[in-house]
Amino acid sequence: MNGPTRETTQNNRSLPIDSDVDSIQPRAGRRAIHLHPGYVGLVILGGVFGTLARYGLEAVIPTPGDWPLSTLLINLAGAFALGALLEGLVRCGQDRGRLRIIRLVVGTGFLGSFTTYSTLAVEASLLLDASRVSAALLYLAASVIGGACVTTLGIWVATKHHRTVAQRNTSSLRHCAKGKERS
Amino acid sequence: MIVLLLSLAGGLGAGARFVADGLLRSRIRTALPAGTMLINTTGALLLGLLTGMVLAHQVGPELVAVLGTGFMGGYTTFSTSSFETVRLIQSGRIWFAVVNGLGTLILSVAAAACGLIVGGAL
Repeated sequence: MNGPTRETTQNNRSLPIDSDVDSIQPRAGRRAIHLHPGYVGLVILGGVFGTLARYGLEAVIPTPGDWPLSTLLINLAGAFALGALLEGLVRCGQDRGRLRIIRLVVGTGFLGSFTTYSTLAVEASLLLDASRVSAALLYLAASVIGGACVTTLGIWVATKHHRTVAQRNTSSLRHCAKGKERS
Repeated sequence: MIVLLLSLAGGLGAGARFVADGLLRSRIRTALPAGTMLINTTGALLLGLLTGMVLAHQVGPELVAVLGTGFMGGYTTFSTSSFETVRLIQSGRIWFAVVNGLGTLILSVAAAACGLIVGGAL
């Protein structure tokens, strides 16, 4: 059991719980990733566009009866995308080079800024302040439970996609091998 | 112009989150994503403060757009918080997942409420 299968499972188990943090300890003499100006710059770049996208969508999505549907939909969409992205990246390889750049620009930067917790908290607080307790509780429950569900769904979609691609690759390799045997 | 400033502020907020989370993570050694929890709670407090000030007509709505929707929106994050909760569930740390999911929610709503009260009274 020393083959690649075991290595992959181990990789999976040692996944960082916090996506914003370096999964590998910085080597001696190297700056931690969050103190590296280049990496911080990548996060800022993604963050600019994530904020812009949220601002644009907030203006378009309706808020029926002043219930914050727009923030909810934005947060759920972002949580789904982050689940799929991070799972997909982990399955593609170690967090370095191109994969790390994608994680920081799209994950930490864009999706981190696209979704928001401060607006969620203030909107819920304003609903409670207006004595709309059930509306506030529905909003909070839909956010947290819905968030966990769509993130899991995102992870599942990425896993499924990865398996399909892997199977396709294996079968085409087999096909190639058979072809060579014949010739 | 507001849109440009708001987007830039959002980028800076994301950068601040990245640095703050990294610094907190290197100091607090726990399986609980305390960095994200603290970031979301402080962000909610500050947005509550700003919103309270706007509602009391202390500051203009442009400031809330740039600092609130922009910076605080970029600084706080929902997707990472959800992802961390799911990862905790996947690794079998159910109680940590509950503390992260519900704890962040309760703390940030309470912080936002405090911010709204203080901001309105300023």
